[in-house]
Formats: sequence, C-alpha cells, structure tokens
Amino acid sequence: MNEELIISGRDNLAVDPHLHIWHWPIPLYLFLGGLAAGILFFAALYYIMGKEKEYPTAVRKVPFIAPILLIIGLAALFFDLRHKAYFWQLYTTIRLQSPMSWGAWTLLVITAASVVWSALHIRDLFPNWDWKYQWLREVETFFNKHKKVLAWVILIYAVITGIYTGILLSAFNARPLWNTSVLGPLFLASGLSAGAASIVLMSKDPKERLLFTKIDLVILGVELFLIVHMFMGFMASTQVQIDAAELFLGGQYTMAFWIFVVFLGIVVPGALDLMELRGYHIPALLPGVLVLFGSLMFRFVFVFAGQVSRWLY
Amino acid sequence: MRYAMAVDTKKCVGCSDCVVACQTENNVPIGYCRDWVVETMDGTYPQLEIELRSERCNHCENAPCVRCCPTGASHITDGGIVLVKPNKCIGCGACIASCPYDARYPHPKGYVDKCTFCIHRVKEGMKPACVAVCPTKCMYFGDLDDPNSDVSVILKKRKSKTLIPEAGTKPQLYFLI
Repeated sequence: MNEELIISGRDNLAVDPHLHIWHWPIPLYLFLGGLAAGILFFAALYYIMGKEKEYPTAVRKVPFIAPILLIIGLAALFFDLRHKAYFWQLYTTIRLQSPMSWGAWTLLVITAASVVWSALHIRDLFPNWDWKYQWLREVETFFNKHKKVLAWVILIYAVITGIYTGILLSAFNARPLWNTSVLGPLFLASGLSAGAASIVLMSKDPKERLLFTKIDLVILGVELFLIVHMFMGFMASTQVQIDAAELFLGGQYTMAFWIFVVFLGIVVPGALDLMELRGYHIPALLPGVLVLFGSLMFRFVFVFAGQVSRWLY
Repeated sequence: MRYAMAVDTKKCVGCSDCVVACQTENNVPIGYCRDWVVETMDGTYPQLEIELRSERCNHCENAPCVRCCPTGASHITDGGIVLVKPNKCIGCGACIASCPYDARYPHPKGYVDKCTFCIHRVKEGMKPACVAVCPTKCMYFGDLDDPNSDVSVILKKRKSKTLIPEAGTKPQLYFLI
C-alpha cells in the first residue's frame, strides 16, 4: 500500500482537489482557432494553386467567417484571464520558450490577415461596397496587387495556428496527458477536418463538395491514426502517462472520449463520407455537423481530462 | 548564490505550524496556502512506514512556470528564487498548469501567487517564516554555494531526495530521509 495525503489541508481555488484553472473558454477558443486555421488553410492553398474560380466557396465564401471565429476566440481567451487589466503585457514581449507568448502574436497576425482576406472579397457580399476613404481604397489596391504574398502568409500562419493550439497543451510536462508531441499534429488535423467540413456544409457546387468530402475523409483517417499512435506512446511510457491514458481507458473520461470524439466525431462522419463517395445520398448537414461537434468535444475532453492528470498525490 | 531548503522527514511531526506561519507572515488570503504538509504511508500493517513532508514551491533551477510564462511575470531572481511580478501577470494560468508540484494558485486579486522563500526576510538576514517557527527545527535554509550554511552542512551529513526529479525541474527543496 502506498498512500499520500495532504494533512495540513490545502484547498487552493482552481488547484485542489485537482487542477481546474482552465474552464470552458479555453477549449472553445482552441476549437474556434483550429477551425479558423482549417478554413484559412484551404482558402490560401486553393488560391495559390490558381483554383479560385473552381472552388469559390473555399477560397472566397467560407473565409468570411474566419475573422468572426477568431475574434470570438480571442474574446473567450480574454474572458478567461484573471488579471484582465494587464492583458496588454502579452504584447510587450516575445518569449519563444512560451507557446502562449508566440501563440498570442500568431493570433494577432492571422486575425489581421483574415480580416484583410475577407475585405478583399467584400463585394461578393455587398456588390456596391465602397470604402469611402481614399486611403482605404489604396490599401485594397495594395493587397490585391500582393494577394499571392498574403495567401502565403495566411497559409503558413494557418498551419502555425493549427499546430500551436496543440503545442500550447503539449508543452506542459506537469500534465502527463497533454505532454505528448502527437498533440500538435492531432490538433492541426482536427482543425483541418473541421475546416473542410465547413466548406462541405456551405458549398452548393457538387464538384467542390466532392473534393472536400474526400479531403475530410483522408484527414479523419489521419486523426484516427494519430489517436492510436498517441495511446501506443502513452502505454509504452512512464507510469504517470499510463495513468493519464487510463482516463480514457476505463477512467472518468472514457465515455466522453470514445463516444463523442472518436465514434460520433470521426468514425460516423468518416463512414458517411465514404457512403457519399460510393454514390449513396447522404444529407450534407449530417457528416459536417458531426465533424464540427467532434472537433469541439475533442478540445473540451482533452483540456478537462489533462487537468486531472498529474504527477503527485 | 543558490538558496535551497531541506526538510527533515524524520523530525517533522506534521503540526502545520509552518503553514500558519506562512499565511500570517505573507498575508496569504483566507482559504489559500503557499505551503502544506504531506503524510505518506508505505507498506502493509503492521510494517508501516510514515513520512512527513512540509512542501512548498521547489524554486526549480529548470522552472517550467518561468519557461511557459507569456509575459515574463514569472522569473528567477537572485539566489535562484522563483517569483511573480503581479503587475506583469495577466492571470492566464499557464504557470499554474505547468507546475508538477501544484505549488501556485490564483490570488483573488487576479495575479498568480506562490512561496517566495520569504525573500523579504532573507534579504534582512532572517530565515523564512516557516523555517523560523518550526517547533522541531526540522527545516534548514541557506545558500548552497556557501559550504558552511545550515542547508549545505545538513545535506552533506544526511541522505536526501527531491520530489519527482524525473520531471526534469531540478528542484531545490530537499527532503532528508
């Protein structure tokens, strides 16, 4: 028998009986950030490939929601800070060792770039749009002239944003469940599949929907592979990581993880995508909504379960 | 200069005087604590072994809280003491999540708070409040670079361990076993 007890009493808010410092705004932000990254990635990629006319929903239409998602995500992040009046301290320094620091700067860049990208396509929504001020018209001309550079910036920063949402967690070796390098690629894959699913949801063109259904299916497969890979890593690791994996293998987050994240979020939409490609008629709403739901649940389950995993006591 | 603390697990009786002394000295808000006492029990009755440890921030040499702080509010000051600058802290909680010892907590005023090794007392040549008040004198504090300091002398004489050194933090809170 081995028992460890804090006998003097310790009831520090948000730390005891187990860590709960990050509440719903953090997983919500990680979801919105990942989704925006996925949307912007495909928009930039297909623009750079010169397929703007072939896939107008992916390149021009869906990216309109990216800045909205990012701004809601940033607001959620701000809401979760406990010393809000000092938030500007984030932007007085760049600390490369701190994922939260370079992530905050990355967010600033991608949010601004997504606003510019949407502004360049504003006439798709409002055909008679006028910028009113000459300098704004000049800014528009400037970015239109350098749209390819902007697309490259968005592409690179979308990948960084997608990966960073995972690295933010994996950098904490104090929480064994988070401390796996698979988390970066896994969060990126989850964001990309959510992005592809939103394009399928919003597109009316069968060709475009077919392409993004295929892309979604491949990424869901990659996600499943990464999840298996993650568990293999945990089970071959130290006791604290084996204990962390147990949270999903019989522990308190088992049902939430396997039912909401893996089954409803990956397996079912993957099977539906496959049926669609085989010629069955599947309502587009179903796999798309399931992928988005799974992606959201993945963040919630991971952020909450990770805070339960620990080294001591 | 490298400040460190050693706690004698054979002398500690688990009275929690160190906890109360810290709360009083540092005006720790009600309901919170910067140090705490852990009792571990090993073995099967009647062959039981009890260990008592007064724990706090380990003032790690490779401090994950300092590494992950996005603003530099968490920093290492003279003598290796890990501190938080309240007016630089945004209360994001990254350092709290990064500490494998769970030694930090969010102060009700918003910034993150933790043990300071009573730096204000140490600068005046005094011992930290927990060390000074211990009725069994089970705690030793001082500079590891000074071979004659209380902590250096006792660590030379006795066997010691640190908590979860495998977390790679290089903790500076030693437990005499």
